Amino acid sequence: MSTNLLSQTTGRDQDQVLYTPIKRRSFFMYAGATAGATALVLAGCSKSDSSPGMVSLGNGNLSVLNYAYALEQLEAAFYAQVVKSPATDFQTGELAYFTQVAAHEAIHRDFLKAAIINVAKGTPIQDLTPNFANINFASRASVLGTAKAFEDLGVAAYNGAGKLISASDPNGATYLTVAGKIVSVEARHAAYVRDLLSAGSFADDQQVDPTYGLDKTMTPADVIAVAQSYIVQKIDASSVGK
Amino acid sequence: MNFLNIINQLAEVDSDVFDRLDSRRAVFSSLGTVAKRSALAATPALLASFFQKAYAGSNAGDPVEIFNYALTLELLEADFYNKVIASSQFAGTNSANQAAIRQIYKHEAAHVTLLQNVVRAVGGTPTTIPGFSTAVFSTLTTFAAQLQVAQLLEDTGVRAYKGRAADIQALGVNSVTVSGPGAINPLESALRIHSVEARHAAHIRYMRGQTPWISGNGDLDSQAYYQGNTPESNVTQAGYNLTTAGTPTPGVTYSATDAAASFDEILTKSEVLALATPLIGA
Repeated sequence: MSTNLLSQTTGRDQDQVLYTPIKRRSFFMYAGATAGATALVLAGCSKSDSSPGMVSLGNGNLSVLNYAYALEQLEAAFYAQVVKSPATDFQTGELAYFTQVAAHEAIHRDFLKAAIINVAKGTPIQDLTPNFANINFASRASVLGTAKAFEDLGVAAYNGAGKLISASDPNGATYLTVAGKIVSVEARHAAYVRDLLSAGSFADDQQVDPTYGLDKTMTPADVIAVAQSYIVQKIDASSVGK
Repeated sequence: MNFLNIINQLAEVDSDVFDRLDSRRAVFSSLGTVAKRSALAATPALLASFFQKAYAGSNAGDPVEIFNYALTLELLEADFYNKVIASSQFAGTNSANQAAIRQIYKHEAAHVTLLQNVVRAVGGTPTTIPGFSTAVFSTLTTFAAQLQVAQLLEDTGVRAYKGRAADIQALGVNSVTVSGPGAINPLESALRIHSVEARHAAHIRYMRGQTPWISGNGDLDSQAYYQGNTPESNVTQAGYNLTTAGTPTPGVTYSATDAAASFDEILTKSEVLALATPLIGA
């Protein structure tokens, strides 16, 4: 309800509310707009579902897209907060770069949601509520450490998910190619954050197998087990790609 | 750029190139008009269209062809870094730079070995190349010049793997038993190499004072390596122009720079060969 009200109360209407004396009727408009704005601030938090319950990623190619969408929601929410309340000890240029990373992740999130609806003709999972209680956004070390964990996790997730996309779906090749277009940008983010944390660690032996030169790969279940601690809703990834 | 020389160099990569060309006389008839405008023959776009015709549909779905293609690029990268490490410019740079190049070289050499074993596992003979052209390498008189080429090779590698992912997917091969790692999923392994190349690219760009991602405003971002049928400046994904207000999310507008940088783009085989072949030589 508040979302609808907000979308109707934009631009000129909102100005009118602010410049006219608060009569009873416009008071409710104003209150509604505020509620809408609050809802916007909390975007990414839970929808007003009656019960939080379990969020199932489903199965088939749609589940792989929703899996990616879940991870991009998490990353986008994290970097939005990083930009909103930057670490007090960020070094020169770091906030500017993280602002770019925040935009990339927001674009990934929004694109995936649109693709799920309009290309896959499916239903995206709900907006997830992030749980960043254990992240100290004022601390560069905490932010960089979390960013590294998220980016390396994202790379491993996409690397493991590619083979789960079925080519029997007419869009299967497109999904794989788009995932490939995203994952290499995630890997660039990962390399950058790693270099900030420890110069030259962009592809160190802990991350890239030194014998075969292979990056990490993880199953959806393993990825969600790690990501779960940053998400309020319980995510069920047990049938992703099946 | 001598056009026939490129064909000869290509023959070293692809021994079937002359048969391929001979059986496609239409290519030669178009070459006739092309030759008259030889000044254009050096342009990557023209070369790309030529190779597009020569390779159109060829070996579709052939795992040996796909993995030898990847091997060709890895051989080129590995020999390039081998030459860098042996150079006086490398000896004169700092230890952090040296460590980074050595780490990247280690991965490229590992990729070469892995892909050679994958090609054998799918019943083929691993391809060979003479190496990264000594003539081209000799023009890289500074470490900074070497890093420029490193960036172009890495970013091109990322685009090349991305461009063949769907072809590997289409093979429908879930498991190949490879000497060394054992049973692997070839698509998964290709993706795991792909993201390593992206890490390399990001680090080289960072070393050069560029954004780790391709923002389009870097000193090399306008070069042919970043163009192609789907250039890195592309802002449309799956039909969505990400910079159009409200698309894909109502009320949200993203800049062209962010939209382009948030997705890396593919290069086709013909585009990659047009870019890489001039770098291959004895």
